[in-house]
Amino acid sequence: MSVYYVNKFLFQVDRDPELLAAYKASPAELVDAWDADLGRRLGNGDPVERTTWLRLEPEERTALVEHDYVALFEMGAHFFLCLTIFIALYDEDYSAEQGPLSFQREYAAKLSHWLGKDYPTVAL
Amino acid sequence: MATLSAVLATTHHPFFLKATELTPPEEQMPQAPEWKRKVEAYRETLTAAEPDILVMVGADHFHQFFHDNYPTFLIGKQPTYDATYYNEEREFSIPRYVLDGHEELSGFMLQGLLDRGFDFSVSHELKLDHSIICPIITTRPDGDLPVVPIYTNIFAPPLPSPKRFWDLGRAIREIIDEYPSDKRIAAVGSGHLSLELGGPRQFGETGPDPVFDRQAIEWLSNGDIDSILANVTHESMSGSGNATHGFMDLILMMGIAGPEKAAYVDDLDLFHTMEAYFTWYPSGDPRERTASR
Repeated sequence: MSVYYVNKFLFQVDRDPELLAAYKASPAELVDAWDADLGRRLGNGDPVERTTWLRLEPEERTALVEHDYVALFEMGAHFFLCLTIFIALYDEDYSAEQGPLSFQREYAAKLSHWLGKDYPTVAL
Repeated sequence: MATLSAVLATTHHPFFLKATELTPPEEQMPQAPEWKRKVEAYRETLTAAEPDILVMVGADHFHQFFHDNYPTFLIGKQPTYDATYYNEEREFSIPRYVLDGHEELSGFMLQGLLDRGFDFSVSHELKLDHSIICPIITTRPDGDLPVVPIYTNIFAPPLPSPKRFWDLGRAIREIIDEYPSDKRIAAVGSGHLSLELGGPRQFGETGPDPVFDRQAIEWLSNGDIDSILANVTHESMSGSGNATHGFMDLILMMGIAGPEKAAYVDDLDLFHTMEAYFTWYPSGDPRERTASR
């Protein structure tokens, strides 16, 4: 039920360069800080109103802290949100070391066990 | 009444500008010159129609819309539109744009859509993402015409059916035809053929389903909505790639044109996707008039 909250994390962090840098440098601290404040704000970041019922399941928090896009795919996090944030975190470093699209191709290979199967739903 | 002078349906590859203009020639991908030539030829199909206003169709890619309040169909009604988002500049090197809007046609379109049973959302604070700015870059790079942006949900299921997208296109056509103006309107929309993002079939040597891509191009070229509706479902699109549902925006554009053969068709097989370009001329092919002068 909290895949929504995972997607909210991906959506908000991907759009903010400071949050993104913190997520790359110190994922556990950033996930906890986000959960304590920005994640609790209503919708896209209302400064005053708060939502009270959202929470990360332990395996969701672990997947976010470990940058585990395979686990996030399998739990139904939205494929576009996952792709763009992890490209932001890894593409430049991979490209410098292994050439263009090397991160994207590794990402695909790590999901290859889903080829030919119905993917986990990303429905609301 | 307004004249619908052209309908353009195209894929929107966000790396076009970076690949062909922002990368030094010696570092460009091998397909870059051909890609640029094809895009410039496609641009001429819009230029020839001499439009005054552009009705633009696209889909937000989680840049503004989120699951706290995701619209199924939305129209912008603003004097000015900003583009693009920070994370699109970061990822695709798409620069920022400011486009004029056409509030009067937006309002006429919104009322006409509601009257026809399409319960649209409306925004006075819509920022355009690459689904609309990429077609501006490719077909109207000066960004010198006022736009009416229409967004559809092809991304956050449950989604409307392919038939609903066709019907929406037909409704937009009626409204443009009824718009009391002497302006020439062109409709320019973008979507996808088979496409995989964030899944095991992403960034392969071809798009995830080249057979679907060829079939889809044939259907759109021939205005063959019957075959599309008989064969294309949410399940079949998922089987062709997890982001293939953007094909429905191309169905919508054909809905604006009607079940007619396209006057212009082209495509380009890129390294992980098939690009495609279609133009219909509901008011007659302006290139024939130009040629006979």
